[in-house]
Amino acid sequence: MKTIYLDYAATCPVDKKVYEKMKPYFTEHFANESSMHTLGNKVKEDVEEARENILKKVNAKEHKLIFTSGGTESNNLAIKGIAYSYKEKGKHIITTKIEHDSVLNTVKFLEKEGYEIDYLNVDKEGFINLEELLKKIRKDTVLVSIMHGNNEIGTLQDIKKIGKICKEKGVFFHTDACQSFCKTEIDLSKENIDLLTINAHKIYGPKGVGGLIIKNKIKLNPLLHGGGHEYNLRSGTLNVPGIIGFSESIKVISKKDIENMTRVRDYIITNVLKEIKTANLLGPKEKRLCNNVSFLFDFIEGESVLLHLDLKNIQVSTGSACSSHTLETNHVVRAIGVLPKNSNGMVRITIGKETNLKDAETLIKELIPVIKKLTEMSPVR
Amino acid sequence: MENTKYSKEVLKHFKNPKNMGSLKNPDGVGKLGNPACGDVMKVEIKITKDIIKDIKFQTMGCAAAIATSSMITEIVKGKTIKEALKITNKDVAEKLGGLPPIKMHCSNLAADTLHKAIEDYLSKKNKKD
Ligand SMILES: Cc1ncc(COP(=O)(O)O)c(C=O)c1O
Ligand code: FES
Repeated sequence: MKTIYLDYAATCPVDKKVYEKMKPYFTEHFANESSMHTLGNKVKEDVEEARENILKKVNAKEHKLIFTSGGTESNNLAIKGIAYSYKEKGKHIITTKIEHDSVLNTVKFLEKEGYEIDYLNVDKEGFINLEELLKKIRKDTVLVSIMHGNNEIGTLQDIKKIGKICKEKGVFFHTDACQSFCKTEIDLSKENIDLLTINAHKIYGPKGVGGLIIKNKIKLNPLLHGGGHEYNLRSGTLNVPGIIGFSESIKVISKKDIENMTRVRDYIITNVLKEIKTANLLGPKEKRLCNNVSFLFDFIEGESVLLHLDLKNIQVSTGSACSSHTLETNHVVRAIGVLPKNSNGMVRITIGKETNLKDAETLIKELIPVIKKLTEMSPVR
Repeated sequence: MENTKYSKEVLKHFKNPKNMGSLKNPDGVGKLGNPACGDVMKVEIKITKDIIKDIKFQTMGCAAAIATSSMITEIVKGKTIKEALKITNKDVAEKLGGLPPIKMHCSNLAADTLHKAIEDYLSKKNKKD
């Protein structure tokens, strides 16, 4: 039976071209880019070209890119870096209730150190209220951190407007764009983004490499002290094959791929809602990540859906309370106002550039009896 | 990392649960929610001369909850009420070849709901007597 992988928001395979491009940097171009000799210089040149490519992709002109080990580190560096560096100005940070754990747990850590955090509410589609943001910004606010594309329900925030508000108020704006980078246009010449988190493994690049793009004027406190690499903001010998792969991966998803993913996304949403009466769409229909489909099924639990589909060689994911790490109800599902008794039935389907309408059809064909069986089994109907 | 994988036995019961459904005119009914996660189980029993003649369950829960539900109905069918009341959550989990640590609480639901169904039967019976 063919495997249908539908968990691309968790991670993607490395694209063949990306892989080929990386290979020589393990064996041939292995030198330390800090070394003064010819071998080191060659690697340094290629790393700098990679840096330029990525900055160009988002039209960054007054920014620099710091390579990191991924989205988690970039979010940590952005938030702790600003918090520690600007603590004379204030200790107030604004974020939302639907951030990735690498943001939420970072601000929670700072909370314990005496920082004050405001968590913005979101509406039932996952959008923040710009008025609320405006009201919450204070004299001592040092950072607004609001993600671009939500990894669970796909909501794309209006980062242009958020950036404008932050600029007017003189507050730094950080956005976590791990899910949206290369799937939605991000243009730093038009959008006021002071700090931008990106990573490679959501766009067919390698795991363990990411970046933080920051405006040149920003002063960050580093997390890692050492030899002074990456503008003294992230010490440690660079992950050269990863960086080369990252730079190549930004070419992988084409405009056509985005159109195709959008078509498959909408096909799944329309047909599941039509065929399965107990299905509710999570997140908006428009202003949504092109590869994210997310449902809440009444009366049943997401984990059971995941495992039944897995038996049919279809891999999806769940935000349910009963996912393997935690028993708590998913924080995003809670934030959009789903009743607790109903909040365990989340199933997330995320598509890749290889996913076609036939895969979508197969998914729906297999999903219908699974939902039927589990609903019949449920005592809360 | 903790092991979060399910045993073969759990997956077997999850795939093909035994005694799933409901009974006509049950002698005892138990329904409980799992406070840890909000999942729910319901058990219905038929009793003749203190022996559990038939049992059916319905569960909204994870694979562990479904498998423990299925397993407990298999264990107690044909047993006396006294024997059934002695069954603990741990017994069920053990029979399933263990559960991932974070899923141990799921097995609570099965034994507790069964015991509730038996209590329901006993209280109805006492009223009649
Ligand atoms: C929105 C978002 N932020 C951050 C991360 C973390 O990125 P990484 O796995 O590269 O640390 C992810 C993915 O896991 C994500 O989806
Ligand atoms: S019964 Fe809810 S997590 Fe298992």
